[in-house]
Amino acid sequence: MTMNAPAPQTDTSVLACHECDLLQYAPAVAGQVVCCCRCGCQLRHGSGCRPSTSLALVLAGLLVFVLANVFPVIGLEAGGTRTATTLLGTAWQLSQQQMQPVALLVLLTGVLMPGLELLCLLYLLLPLSLGRAPRGFAHVMRLVRILHPWGMVEVFLLGVLVSLVKLAHMAEVHPGIGLWSFFALILLLAGNASRFDAGQLWERYQTCRAIH
Amino acid sequence: MPRYPLTTAATRGLWTCHGCSLLCRVPVAAADGSCCCPRCGAALHRRKPHGLQYAWAFLIAAVICYIPANLMPIMLTEMLSGTQRDTIMSGVVYLWQSGSWPLALVVFIASVLVPLLKILSLLLLLLTVQWRSRWAPRQRTRLYRLLEVVGPWSMLDIYVVGLLVALVQLQSLATIKAGPGAIAFGAVVVLTMLSAMHFDPRLIWDSIEDDDE
Repeated sequence: MTMNAPAPQTDTSVLACHECDLLQYAPAVAGQVVCCCRCGCQLRHGSGCRPSTSLALVLAGLLVFVLANVFPVIGLEAGGTRTATTLLGTAWQLSQQQMQPVALLVLLTGVLMPGLELLCLLYLLLPLSLGRAPRGFAHVMRLVRILHPWGMVEVFLLGVLVSLVKLAHMAEVHPGIGLWSFFALILLLAGNASRFDAGQLWERYQTCRAIH
Repeated sequence: MPRYPLTTAATRGLWTCHGCSLLCRVPVAAADGSCCCPRCGAALHRRKPHGLQYAWAFLIAAVICYIPANLMPIMLTEMLSGTQRDTIMSGVVYLWQSGSWPLALVVFIASVLVPLLKILSLLLLLLTVQWRSRWAPRQRTRLYRLLEVVGPWSMLDIYVVGLLVALVQLQSLATIKAGPGAIAFGAVVVLTMLSAMHFDPRLIWDSIEDDDE
């Protein structure tokens, strides 16, 4: 294995499209979105956002994430009995019925993957916004990249709405605190995803490491 | 004159790191995976390693799971009057007949249309890349981008079944259980997502450049 020096032209103005591999020249201008001229893929985010803004979103996201998983999402009242469930309760009930693969899928895509992604982002952004370089930065960045497509909180929310309508025919349903927390969580996650710029974080990490 | 008179990074000896997206210069005769990214240390590859093989394998597995996912019941409702078995399609029909057609439409799109179109689109992408087709590369790249966005939405039915199972446990009136179809359906969603992740859209454009040379 040999280590290569970064290509001399690979300052930030030479870009290779990651969907069609076209080499193109685009000087970095803050607040300007760059798209590939051949396939139209977005090459550079427009937001020149500081890590502290992302950090605030991640912290709020973690808080709401706990609320969303502790409080019931839907409550049901029929024939004098009340039941209520959280996302974790859903996974547990599925596993009780010998549906462990489905339970695992719900647990991973609804709770573990989004939660772990938020924790990873906290681990990256907290030291960076204080001007320090976190240890194992490359590995955690890679983990975030792998985890991101598997977080399906927004699909779960649509599932909750569909279940609410389905159940409304047969019993009295009560949307819980968990449901409103999930709404907030989706907004925070979407805001975070649109701001997340791996290239910018890498640059910041390298300047932080150079100082210390 | 070639239709796309432009150079790719790979022909200039520049590879994009799959770990951190840094553009790295590699020696002329470098083998796939023999060099490391100077920034994050990941092995460098010209394209996603064995992308096409992985994508085919996951897609074929998804097609196999698609049959039981649609034929076996995903939800069993046990009532005093007997047990009702719902497949994905019968769930949509039930919603349509009970008058909530906007909901029926949402469930139909998410659990019937999206998985089917996803499998067909992946098949189209993989076949055209395999045949080194030069047909509509821009539209095919756009199709791939769309696939990545809609991928997770077919999980909808799994969540709905899970929630109904957790909530409707009224011993006297009705209990709902998840059926074996739910496992197969979940597998279809995961396998098609994996297939799309391993597919490298740059392969669509590679055949065009090879022809131009």
